[in-house]
Amino acid sequence: MAEGLTLDTLRISRDGSPLLALDAHVPPGEVLTVMGPSGSGKSTLLAAIIGTLDPAFTLSGRILLDGRDITRLPPEARHAGILFQEELLFPHLSVGGNLAFALPPGIRGRAARRARIDAALEDIGLPGYFDRDPETLSGGQKARVALMRMLLAEPCALLLDEPFSRLDAALRGQIRDLVFARARARALPVLLVTHDAQDAEAAGGPVIALG
Amino acid sequence: MPHAAAPAPGTRGPSPLRHAPLLTLLVMLGPVAAGLLGTLGPAFGIMPALGGFDPGLEHVRALVDWPGLPRAALLSLGTGVLSTALALAVAVLVCAGWQGTRAFAALERVLSPLLSVPHAAAAFGLAFLIAPSGWIARAVAPLAGWQSPPDVLILQDPLGLSLVAGLVVKEVPFLLLMTLAALPQLRVAQSLATAQALGYGRVAAWFRVVLPRLYPRIRLPVYAVLAFSMSVVDVAMILGPSTPPTLSVQVLRWMNDPDLGMRGTAAAGALLQLALTVLALAGWRLAEIALARLGLRRIEAGGRGRAQPLLRAAGLTLGGLSGGAVILGLAGLAVWSVAGFWGFPDLLPQEMSGRTWMRHGMALSDPLADTALIALASAGIALVLTLACLEAEHRFGLRPGTRALWLLYLPLIVPQIAFLPGLQMLGIVTGVDGNLPAVVAVHVVFVLPYVFLSLADPYRAWDPRLGAVGHALGAGPARVFWRLRLPMLLRPVLTAAAVGCAVSVGQFLPTLLIGGGRVQTLTTEAVALASGGNRRVIGATALAQTGAALLPFAAALLIPALVWRNRRGLHHG
Repeated sequence: MAEGLTLDTLRISRDGSPLLALDAHVPPGEVLTVMGPSGSGKSTLLAAIIGTLDPAFTLSGRILLDGRDITRLPPEARHAGILFQEELLFPHLSVGGNLAFALPPGIRGRAARRARIDAALEDIGLPGYFDRDPETLSGGQKARVALMRMLLAEPCALLLDEPFSRLDAALRGQIRDLVFARARARALPVLLVTHDAQDAEAAGGPVIALG
Repeated sequence: MPHAAAPAPGTRGPSPLRHAPLLTLLVMLGPVAAGLLGTLGPAFGIMPALGGFDPGLEHVRALVDWPGLPRAALLSLGTGVLSTALALAVAVLVCAGWQGTRAFAALERVLSPLLSVPHAAAAFGLAFLIAPSGWIARAVAPLAGWQSPPDVLILQDPLGLSLVAGLVVKEVPFLLLMTLAALPQLRVAQSLATAQALGYGRVAAWFRVVLPRLYPRIRLPVYAVLAFSMSVVDVAMILGPSTPPTLSVQVLRWMNDPDLGMRGTAAAGALLQLALTVLALAGWRLAEIALARLGLRRIEAGGRGRAQPLLRAAGLTLGGLSGGAVILGLAGLAVWSVAGFWGFPDLLPQEMSGRTWMRHGMALSDPLADTALIALASAGIALVLTLACLEAEHRFGLRPGTRALWLLYLPLIVPQIAFLPGLQMLGIVTGVDGNLPAVVAVHVVFVLPYVFLSLADPYRAWDPRLGAVGHALGAGPARVFWRLRLPMLLRPVLTAAAVGCAVSVGQFLPTLLIGGGRVQTLTTEAVALASGGNRRVIGATALAQTGAALLPFAAALLIPALVWRNRRGLHHG
């Protein structure tokens, strides 16, 4: 099976009535945009891929990530990264603590982990922010921390649930470019869910309309 | 199309957590069921513990032959129904007239502390207020020209009116809190605005468009209040009549009778109490239906309601009186505990000193230690079980329905006096009575429902996307629970624990009966002082009891504020 994210005859239904059907392949480094009005099942699709689908739904077909069938894996074993509309930084942890939560346990030793996180903070233009309370960051800073947190967990795909819709216009383009650039640099397949035509245009890949 | 039999996503394989709800039900309802069975036997002459096996109606006959029975049963029924109706009326009037106003917000803040004041302490406080030599009489004395306390029987009056008052002031905060918890789901502001646009006054609108939807949501708490008020023992010993007392108090007297044969009469009385409670609940349900019909007719009549200012004033006055009585009562306890000579009609003692505290403080330290130990242990066990249930519910996608809620309320609806005697007699058979673990186990029965009710809403309201992010970052369910959910919910978790501690601290009958008189807490000590009438010692003991119940609340506020002092995202609410 090919590298990337594959949705193989994916069908989701609720109480017997079909909600959505999708066949798609997203190669590494490319963006597939799924567009649709609210209620068209966009968020349900993402929940199915990351493994948090409500038990009220039934799912058939397969979800493959780099050839691995992840359809039945628990969410934490899927390596499918996601960015939501809100940054959802963990409010009880510092900025550094949020990143440390994501950093795989394979990187051992306090000093080594700290160095990795400091480097990551520098990478997103927030050097010295380790001990900051996430709630004191600006919207753009939070978005960058959320992106870096996701990337540190070394995902095999990136799912975006309207992640730019809360940012103001200027910031929006900036963060969007940053996210796509990082995903491309790591050759991550990206699935973008949005109802905003500008997002779809900026993504530059194929577009599927739902609903 | 091949229908893949995928396990519902989000559900997981076998885990001991799956059994948490069942275990919790067992811990909570097992003692209730065992106690009821244990009461049934002795009532009909089967008392293996005391070497009695003489099946028959002898004890039932002894109960029926007791001359005080009709009056005691009527007292239980009357005071219970009256106090519940009054407390509900006050709670409803306060909400109807004042919800959403600044006065209401102020009230909301004192509700939880008011609720945690132990029943016995509130009852003593009220007694010190309304007694012929209490603060109210002292305040009136100059106007009335009294030189000595008026010679009227207020406390322990034969009609049980002071008992009713004591119950009302304690149940109003509970019903208000339960109402506040139910209101957000009803979108009250919108309904009220719509009705007001149709020309209804605020109170009239509230009664017509909010109350009919609200009541089904507070029905179980109301039933719990009714069952509790009918069968309460400690408050009735302090404020209720004594010849005869209410049925539940008489059952306790029989339980404590040196003649062990009286245990059978006690068991028969306990069963009668249970029957009375069922009867009252059934009657209450019928009254609900009748009132709902009448109400519907009034709604359809389209009257806009004219008594608005009067009803609002009544709500504020009654709510203020009921809250004020508890607070002033506590102040009275405090003043008596430091009072030297205090002649009538002086409003304050001539001298104040720490003598009472110094003389009796040491005597309080042992009961205080046991009180704290039992409270922490039972609240801790209840908290662990509650968290396990809620986490199991979340992980396995369980959807507890109305039936689960009924089971949760069952220990609060079955009268304590109906099953604790049986449990005590079973304890004697099995030899586990009279020790601390047994007392803790029976406290858990009553602590658990409150801890669960307190924690369930905030726990379920936690943003599931935070968990989804955690999983996407590679964290398993255990890590998400321990590292994300639990720390973020620190405040509601500690609040639930504090509620549990307060409930445990206030327990009288379970401690007395299951502790076999050998486990002494501040509550059993305080209630034991009721007959003695030493106001200074009562003041100190009841105040210590209140302190023990309130301290955990202070900790539940303080600890999260300290731990998360640099985390603004956790400061709201």
